[in-house]
Amino acid sequence: MACGYTRQRSGVVTLLSLLLLLGIWQAAAMLLDDPSLPLPAKVAGVFWRATASGELPHHLASTLYRLAVSFSIAMLLGCAIGLLLGKNKSLDAFFDNWLVIFLNIPALVTIILCYIWFGLDESAAILAVVVNKLPNVIVTIREGARALDKDLLEMAQSYRFSRKKTLLHVIWPQLHPFVMAATRSGLALIWKIVLLVELLGRSDGMGYQLHLFFQLFDVASLLAYTFAFVAVIQAIEWLVLRPLDRAALRWRR
Amino acid sequence: MNAISISIQDKTYRDGHGGSQHRTIADLQFEVEPNEFVCLLGPSGCGKTTLLNMVAGLDSHYQGQIRIGGQAAVAKIGYVFQSPRLLPWRTVRQNIELVFAGPPPAAVIDELLAGMQLDAVQHSYPERLSLGMQRRVAIIRAFAVNPDILLMDEPFVSLDAPSARQVRTQLYALWQQRPHTVLFVSHDLREAIALADRLIFLSPPPMRIVSDITVDIPRDGRHDEAQIEAFREYLLSQHPAINGLL
Repeated sequence: MACGYTRQRSGVVTLLSLLLLLGIWQAAAMLLDDPSLPLPAKVAGVFWRATASGELPHHLASTLYRLAVSFSIAMLLGCAIGLLLGKNKSLDAFFDNWLVIFLNIPALVTIILCYIWFGLDESAAILAVVVNKLPNVIVTIREGARALDKDLLEMAQSYRFSRKKTLLHVIWPQLHPFVMAATRSGLALIWKIVLLVELLGRSDGMGYQLHLFFQLFDVASLLAYTFAFVAVIQAIEWLVLRPLDRAALRWRR
Repeated sequence: MNAISISIQDKTYRDGHGGSQHRTIADLQFEVEPNEFVCLLGPSGCGKTTLLNMVAGLDSHYQGQIRIGGQAAVAKIGYVFQSPRLLPWRTVRQNIELVFAGPPPAAVIDELLAGMQLDAVQHSYPERLSLGMQRRVAIIRAFAVNPDILLMDEPFVSLDAPSARQVRTQLYALWQQRPHTVLFVSHDLREAIALADRLIFLSPPPMRIVSDITVDIPRDGRHDEAQIEAFREYLLSQHPAINGLL
């Protein structure tokens, strides 16, 4: 009962705060009365037309495709390398310097270099995103691997667990919170970089479109595309990440 | 098949980067017969846990030899650690099932769980159980694999006296049903006398054997407190060297 009530209340709070934001926007737009800040209704109309024409779904899909591919590659590679560095001190000492360097290269530099070295194509775009994201994943997972419970690893060793069993039942559950952290910060980081990559060297995707709208000073389209994107990212959080969190933490007291 | 022969010349811990050295074991030799229940007693920090880890194959940085069974085949080991060391993200039953390389024998696990009165909580997560229950799960896990060697490192420590007695009785019943070679580390002389065939008293580091005593109370007299107390008095009067150890 109490739980249902709290949930209902938090739903009301969310609705109210969103309505207030919308109200402020409406009031500001009416007061300003300038094309640089269109009314919410106009943005909704643009959103609807862009969706119906298939233009927005097409660009959104290309961006999400790049996001999915580069995210998967960065996470897989990052987990493997992070685990290796976390468990092997001498490798870690050797490659730590590389990590610091890669962590500090600006995203723009990697993107430009990738395009110059590998040409203005899809794989160069994806590579640029991966190179930007990979060091973050490695550092997070390395932290997790360093914190692995030695007692449980010894238990697994004395009962002669296979490598696969140890990874699946002993190591993975301990890394899970770190992987989730890397996933969340990763999504937030990657989609910003993907837009930049598209802006600089692709002829479709959200970044390309936003660039176009900037040149045309089309603020209504710009906002419509932004909301579509924010909605998708929120949907990923609520439909994929939260349920994953809950499933993995059932055992906690 | 499951005898143990231990012969260690030296085991030294090195602190950090070439710092101080700490000699844990110096010249330790003894044999354990198949299906013998041996209790290791000694002051805390004397290296008993280190010795068990070496037998379990978790620590191979020592000079000497530990032979189990004599065959080339790798011995199956059941290890009850000082803390339960259960996987908190797996249920009680999953924790037990995981130690089997092949398909886990459901009937054996059911029987063990029922024997330790844990069948009702078998699908709970370990952190929701009391420490006593977690320890019993750890003991079942070690017994379930039907080990060649069973290692136990103070499995009853930090339990209150009644639960310790209860788990001890259950452990003893299990061992009598399916005997195997046991190395049991304890601080508690009464507990050791009640369980073991043989008591080995160990010195502070560097660890050596102080005395090696056979417990000759018949197996069916082990629940009799008076006999155990009498044997304890006899021990302490006959072997004054062990007085200072415990």
